[in-house]
Amino acid sequence: MVEYRIDRRSGVATYLQIVQQTKQALRLGLLEPGDRLPTAREVVEATAINPNTVLKAYRELEREGLVEARRGLGTFVRRTLGSAPADSPLRGELADWAARARAAGLERDDVTALLASVLDQLYEGDDT
Amino acid sequence: MTSALEAHGLTKRYGRRGSPALADCAFRVPAGRVCALVGPNGAGKSTLLTLAAGLTRPTAGTVRVLGTDPATARDRIAHVAQDKPLYPQLTVADTLRMGAELNPGRWDAATADRIVAPLDRGARVRALSGGQRTRVALALALGKRPELLLLDEPMADLDPLARHQLMGTLMADAAERGTTIVMSSHVLGELEGACDHLLLVAGGRVRLGGDIDDVLAAHTLLTGPVGDLAPHTVVESRVTGRQLTALVRHDGPVDPTAWHARTPTLEDLLLAHLRSPEAPPLLTPSTSPGTDGTVAA
Repeated sequence: MVEYRIDRRSGVATYLQIVQQTKQALRLGLLEPGDRLPTAREVVEATAINPNTVLKAYRELEREGLVEARRGLGTFVRRTLGSAPADSPLRGELADWAARARAAGLERDDVTALLASVLDQLYEGDDT
Repeated sequence: MTSALEAHGLTKRYGRRGSPALADCAFRVPAGRVCALVGPNGAGKSTLLTLAAGLTRPTAGTVRVLGTDPATARDRIAHVAQDKPLYPQLTVADTLRMGAELNPGRWDAATADRIVAPLDRGARVRALSGGQRTRVALALALGKRPELLLLDEPMADLDPLARHQLMGTLMADAAERGTTIVMSSHVLGELEGACDHLLLVAGGRVRLGGDIDDVLAAHTLLTGPVGDLAPHTVVESRVTGRQLTALVRHDGPVDPTAWHARTPTLEDLLLAHLRSPEAPPLLTPSTSPGTDGTVAA
């Protein structure tokens, strides 16, 4: 079960924060297909936000095919996101590369900027 | 869509002299909304809530709640006044028993008990702090299982933790039973996030009304060189040197080459309207009252 944290000063719309935190939980494997998302009542009782905001976030997740609402039962995860668990070989290769970058004298911000620019180029036009 | 609260030409005057507390107000709040009633001190917020609760009569015009008049709907409305009127000599437990006996067939003891859980049930109301009294008043109001909950400055006496917890309780009730909630405050931060509907009252008139997303989307905050803002409706504009900052209701697209445009925050919007009393009122379609004997806003 996920627990949402709402940051009112972040400037990110509240419903988007719920969407993003759900996706993050899917990527990290904290939510798996078949898991139930908390009900609107549970979310608003803990966060004091408007119930419609939660429903809007769940509709967005449903539109993206990530969850499905089953009448009278709740909202359930349909599929997971990404395929990069913490122990994948890709992570190992990235760790090797990061070590080489550091050895070559790059600072943390340099590495972040380099990685971001490669990702921007590679995923240009994708909206995910 | 049914209205939980609807007013036509609603006017309230206290005494014969002076300006009315509410003047010719026309608006509606659709059922199931959580509506923020905001405005400066003396704007007419409390008057509007007492009229909706049927505690006073309008000088002119009508107010309808849950499809009928306030007196007929009394069983289905709960109203918590700003001063939280309670019997000081009763204990917390006595007060809840009174709630149960005054609302036979409706009373939800579990909800009421949950709200007063942090309190000593044997304590007399007169010995409670302001925030603790708010708890008892909200327990009475929610225990009644109202369809329309009218709250006048409900959070003013509460510490931040209690505020968050009780707002969560209110939202859970709205989620579970579809309760329409209208709550007033002059502190916007208390209500932002919890409310999806807005009524801004100032000087006895409704200045802005509608779903908060719609109201925000109707406005643009512009910065750029001093120039002509037509055809947009200007709510407020300020010139600093050569730079102009303006809040407008856009009419058609905004020229992106001339202006830096962004969507205002709710606070931007409310402050601009309060500083500019001459700006024309705006009611989005969901908030405009129906056509039966409509009095223009």
